[in-house]
Amino acid sequence: MDRTPISTHIILIIGAVFMTLPVWVAFATSTHAPETILREGLQFWPGGHFFETYNEVLFVEGGVMKKVTAMTMLKNSMILGIGFAIGKVIISMLAAYAIVYFRFRLGVPLFWIIFMTLLLPLEVRIIPSYEVVANMGLLDTHTGLIIPLIASATGTFFFRQFFKSVPDELLEAARLDGATAWGFFIDILVPLSKTMIAAILIIMFVVGWNQYLWPLIMTTQEDNYTLVIGIKQIYQVLNEGGELPQFQKAFALTILATLPPVLVVLIFQKWFVKGLVESEK
Amino acid sequence: MKRVQFEHSAVPYLFIAPQIIIIVIFFLWPAAQAIYQSFLLEDAFGLSSQFVWFRNYTDTIVSASWLQAAGFTIVFSTLVTFLSLAIALLLAVKANEVIRGASTYKTLLMWAYAIAPPVAGLMGNLMFNPLIGDLYQGMNALGFDFDHKLDPYDAGFVVVLISVWKQVSVNFIFFLSGLQGIPKGVQEAALMDCKSSFRRFWTITFPLLAPTTFFLMVINITYAFFETFGIIDTTTQGAPGGATTTLVFKVFQDGFRGADIGGSSAQSVVLMLMVLGLTVIQFRFIEKKVHY
Repeated sequence: MDRTPISTHIILIIGAVFMTLPVWVAFATSTHAPETILREGLQFWPGGHFFETYNEVLFVEGGVMKKVTAMTMLKNSMILGIGFAIGKVIISMLAAYAIVYFRFRLGVPLFWIIFMTLLLPLEVRIIPSYEVVANMGLLDTHTGLIIPLIASATGTFFFRQFFKSVPDELLEAARLDGATAWGFFIDILVPLSKTMIAAILIIMFVVGWNQYLWPLIMTTQEDNYTLVIGIKQIYQVLNEGGELPQFQKAFALTILATLPPVLVVLIFQKWFVKGLVESEK
Repeated sequence: MKRVQFEHSAVPYLFIAPQIIIIVIFFLWPAAQAIYQSFLLEDAFGLSSQFVWFRNYTDTIVSASWLQAAGFTIVFSTLVTFLSLAIALLLAVKANEVIRGASTYKTLLMWAYAIAPPVAGLMGNLMFNPLIGDLYQGMNALGFDFDHKLDPYDAGFVVVLISVWKQVSVNFIFFLSGLQGIPKGVQEAALMDCKSSFRRFWTITFPLLAPTTFFLMVINITYAFFETFGIIDTTTQGAPGGATTTLVFKVFQDGFRGADIGGSSAQSVVLMLMVLGLTVIQFRFIEKKVHY
């Protein structure tokens, strides 16, 4: 029997509405004609222009921006999200493996170098970072977009923590069997870390997809925009005014930029919560 | 450190090399550049530069616009941290009590984590748009004479509201996992000793959540300092008159729009020191927790 007081439910419902309603309204409004939106304001129920709006935003050049379609931006966002997640997992697993399983002279100083990245968020080194990437000729490339983002400390700490909890006997046994350093890593440690890897991949996909400042400064051509950067263009178009403001397209773009990471979080909710809570510890 | 380890060899260097190389090229080198440039004054064309010691620091940090941004950043991060923690804590406590519909509530309260700050910013911006935004009209209908494009307090209200909205879900997830970590035995004992759920919360649950709360405070301050850039950039852009400009937004503005490399670098270095301070506080605390 549920003896929870009704006030508890009321508070939770208010909270849920507060967190959900804005996105619902954004979706509902995106399915109306621009004239309706201008005349009546925000919409709470879906209208009849869903296919029209989303088709135009996704596939028609010159619809949202000058020439890029949301489909291209969606592809760029996917590359960023997936590339960032996979890159981060590989880089940080390798580094954590070296730190936990080897005794080497520079081990401790190198660990501190990794730690220092916590002190240097992108925001405090924006301009020099931009210059480095520009000098290497990596502006407007996927490499230049992804590589500088993947080397932060959180992933390494996460795997370091996990590797430390792996029983020592595994390595002893593997060494008796004559396993090499690489063999032990690939055949034993990686399969053992499967759930950890999944959890981190999910978190990092969302984090990568949602990157804003770095893609904003290092992509100059519309072809390379991610959805999250496309947002900024919409902002400018709306501010400049001109013709009939295409609010439904702006809303449609926010929905498209939101949908993939939200789906990932909802589908893999358990792993996501685990990854988030564990990786921040 | 493991009791059993591989012998010393070149192998570990190969494993750790990718990360270290990226860090040196994209973290340490740019950071060193920022520090170096903060001591230089470039001429208007960027052709020559001159070593000016701390002039960029003294020039920027006493400037009215920097002080205004610093003041706003402090008020803004205090409000965002306090409000998003308070709302999330209330919701987490309630979600932990509830039995029926628990997982639905949890999902609805945490899913907004996946929304990027600039996306939340644009959504909010549209809802406050004078042409269509019900929130804008609603505020005026309530008699607030609301205009976030002209009034600094109204603009501040908009960025605080969106920033809090965006941060509640993260805090909720951590608080809920903290609450679920409290042993059943403790909860049952508390239930027997203390009938009032209000008192039970403040005397037993809240102290047990203190580590989570403290950790989240650091996370939230960092969020309010840095990650809200996307929200400000898609709502007020620091307007009106710099009233909603945070320190990070100002570094970006002065460096990219104003092309004041020296001044922007000096501001970056000040921010580095602030992050250092926050991290030291965080680790002091974690050390304490270990002893405890």
